[in-house]
Amino acid sequence: MSSPAAAAPITAQAFKSDYKPIWCPGCGDYSVLSSFTKAFAKLQLLPQDVAVVSGIGCSSRIPAYTTCYGFHGVHGRSLAAAAGLKLARPDLTVVVASGDGDGYSIGGNHFLHACRRNVDLTYVVMDNHVYGMTKGQPSPTTEPDWDSKLSPGGTGLRTFNPLVIALAAGANFVARAFAGDPNGTADLIAEAISTPGFSFVEILSPCITFRPEQREWKQMVRPAAVTYTNDAARAARRIMTDDGMNIGVLYKGERKPYQPPIGKGKKNPSDLETEFAL
Amino acid sequence: MSTKKSVKKATKKPVKKAVKRPVKKTVRKTAAAPAPKRAAAKSVPVASNAEFMAHAYAMEAEAAERYAEFADSMEVHNNLEVAELFRKLARIEQIHADQILDQMGWKHSPLSSVNVRWEGMEGPETADPTELHYLMQPYHALQIALLNEKRARDFFANLAKVTKDPGVRKGALEMEEDEAEHVRLIEEWLKRTPKPDANWHADQDPPVLSD
Repeated sequence: MSSPAAAAPITAQAFKSDYKPIWCPGCGDYSVLSSFTKAFAKLQLLPQDVAVVSGIGCSSRIPAYTTCYGFHGVHGRSLAAAAGLKLARPDLTVVVASGDGDGYSIGGNHFLHACRRNVDLTYVVMDNHVYGMTKGQPSPTTEPDWDSKLSPGGTGLRTFNPLVIALAAGANFVARAFAGDPNGTADLIAEAISTPGFSFVEILSPCITFRPEQREWKQMVRPAAVTYTNDAARAARRIMTDDGMNIGVLYKGERKPYQPPIGKGKKNPSDLETEFAL
Repeated sequence: MSTKKSVKKATKKPVKKAVKRPVKKTVRKTAAAPAPKRAAAKSVPVASNAEFMAHAYAMEAEAAERYAEFADSMEVHNNLEVAELFRKLARIEQIHADQILDQMGWKHSPLSSVNVRWEGMEGPETADPTELHYLMQPYHALQIALLNEKRARDFFANLAKVTKDPGVRKGALEMEEDEAEHVRLIEEWLKRTPKPDANWHADQDPPVLSD
């Protein structure tokens, strides 16, 4: 323990805004918000040095609930905005918040290329296997036999496996977390931020309104039995053969992040105008 | 801070005794959404009184934070009666946390809350968010609080059993006594609180109606 006489550390509270979150009572996203703020505090970041970028959906409300810079952007396009921000301002810690609909469906293609580019971002996807904000449509991670009024008998469609896709596309850090474990999730987010390159953290975040059975997740999740590997093929095999309930860091690579030199080749507006002159 | 001093401080009369649970006048009753069984958190290994008190602080602070989140959530959903009850519970837990700081002479906990880890996923007094419902009534909220106080009591009882440090054992036994008192107070509070009727969650315009 540190000395009690030491200066007061930055607390998670410093990252919470005055806005009260608008989510259903019991939503896992409350805990994820808490994990965000705890991770920032753990790393002793300052709110003005962090940007939280999001798309559209329940999870994408998060930027407003922090005191960091925030950008609540276009559906599925959070990674594009975040990559631009990070390349222009590499001094900022950029964290991207998304959900399984925003991130894997509408933003699916951005997801692939963000992994491939390996810009130094942390991508946190709150996965509840449903479109909650629009009242319960199946998402890419919804089980094929999930029966509901909007998908009678289930969609019958194979689920998207985001962790394996991330590995195949080149993400440098892959982890799975559970919203009901806010301190453990905070550790994973902090580790993701500290790992250079594109870090992907998938958080199982129950939607108890449309998927009340997800309350059982807290009995089902478990720490991954083996430590992470830096071999993407081995990590992919492990992920493809688990039941989706192993939590922890699953892969950590050593790819160098993409970051073009800042300042070099920078042009002033009049130079740019000449390029467009007819 | 010397260990000796911290032992002495840690074993003073109950940290939490000074605070009485407020008596809620309006009371209803339920059972429709009984708080689930959650395994009592096993004891975390603590090697000294200072570490023990730092964990006790973290436990109270986490509980306060969670109740405050619940209050915000209920307020947003216009369930003001339950919001006020959770707000009250948050205040009480925060007072308990602050008392630990006072007792130890700390301005802030030497063990940052972001570094505290429990054997379970959350602290022994931290409420489970999946038990909330936007139409819940005070009785439901008190059931949640009762479960948490019982878990806290069991946590300290277990710690007192397994610790090898006499000072930690004494402190844990005192805390256990405090938590047992809180259990008793909430049980009394529940007796004065009407149970909600069987249709407490009925909503003519439910959010999950998708057609």
